[in-house]
Amino acid sequence: MKRIIINAILILICFVLQTTFFSMFSRTGIVPNICIILIATTGFMYGKTEGLFVGFICGLLFDIFSFNVIGFNALLLMIIGYLNGYFVNTFYSEDVKLPLLLISLSDLLYSFVYYVFLFLLNNKLEFGNYFFTIIMPEFFYTILISILFYPLFLWILIKQNKKERQTDVTGI
Amino acid sequence: MSPIVRKSKEKFSLPSRYYLVIFSIICILLMLLTFFTDFHLSGANVIVGYTIVPCQKGISAVGTFFYDKKELLKEIKALTKENEELKKEIDALTLENAKYQQDMFELASLRDLYNMNQGYTEYEMTGAKVISSSDSNWFNTFIIDKGSNDGITTDMNVLSGSGLVGRVTDVGPNWSRVLTIVDDNSNVSCTVLSSSDNLIVSGDVLKLENGYITFSNLIDDDNDVAVGDKVVTSNISDKFMPGIPVGYISYIETDSNNLTKSGYITPSVDFRHINDVLIILKTKDITE
Repeated sequence: MKRIIINAILILICFVLQTTFFSMFSRTGIVPNICIILIATTGFMYGKTEGLFVGFICGLLFDIFSFNVIGFNALLLMIIGYLNGYFVNTFYSEDVKLPLLLISLSDLLYSFVYYVFLFLLNNKLEFGNYFFTIIMPEFFYTILISILFYPLFLWILIKQNKKERQTDVTGI
Repeated sequence: MSPIVRKSKEKFSLPSRYYLVIFSIICILLMLLTFFTDFHLSGANVIVGYTIVPCQKGISAVGTFFYDKKELLKEIKALTKENEELKKEIDALTLENAKYQQDMFELASLRDLYNMNQGYTEYEMTGAKVISSSDSNWFNTFIIDKGSNDGITTDMNVLSGSGLVGRVTDVGPNWSRVLTIVDDNSNVSCTVLSSSDNLIVSGDVLKLENGYITFSNLIDDDNDVAVGDKVVTSNISDKFMPGIPVGYISYIETDSNNLTKSGYITPSVDFRHINDVLIILKTKDITE
């Protein structure tokens, strides 16, 4: 129950920041994808099921707010959360390389699938152009922001683990 | 009371792959439903209207506050200087204005004579604030802080001071989504004002980087259309009111079929900095 509330608050914060604050102050018009940072980290920190649910809710919000076909983002982000869940056993809180790698791969996968389904199939073939004007800037910006956001998520994880351990000891 | 006492931790749970399958099916069904029918998740619209939208309103208000302060400091110096110059100009302009008012009066009476009083400034409009922009870099939509409670319905035209911004595509109780004309999914039927040739203006996310929107299907056999011509929405558009300025032609070329022309338009609205918009409280009814 507590996890659900925390996740709901995190989704709210990430989504609202992404759509208001960061798009307002972005000079180049490119917005970092904060939700994908949240989805990926939830996936590899808490497992497949949780990554899946967070991805689904975030995607649904994306769909409602900026898309005519509801379900596309939800499905895509859900699968990304689920795939990140496979790394729940290889993830260590001391290691920064794997999380950053997973976040960047998630972002690239998201952008790539987005391009293929909504642009390539729409007869817009200049992948190089799209790659350099949209995918690359978003990718770098997301990595930059994830360096700021990742410690926050990690802090929440560590805090929770401590509490769980305490209740485990006392709750026997 | 059941005799089996369960520990609180042993909850009923499915393996995650079942969740994946179930939710994938839900997503695909939703996609099919929204793609092939006019189905709207109106319940979800209401829910986000009372959870997410207030937060966005708050944050964007705070954001605009700081942004304005930043800009304000920059501008104060420039403005005081400008102010003095402008005061001088006002005197000259008031004289001129009086003259134009007379002309306006004449124009109005002449328009009445021709039954042409359908300029876009005469539609009933309402103002709205932009509270959030699109969440991905691929599309150009934004959310405004007025919805069905304020009488907004889908397909209403959205303007900014100087021209067409887009149209409303989705409405919640206190928010609505605007699809801008620079969005990749948007096509608007327009007319070149000088020669009355029709063309299709479509957004392109790549050209927007340079501040352009593309146009195509311009049939102009007499080579009348030139760079700098004004483009407005056409009479035959089924979503947009006629005569709303869109932009100016800035590049034009003949297509390989030698029949039509295409090129770029510089929009008259600065799409990077939209904070306030006007919504025409009337949709174009083509059956009229």
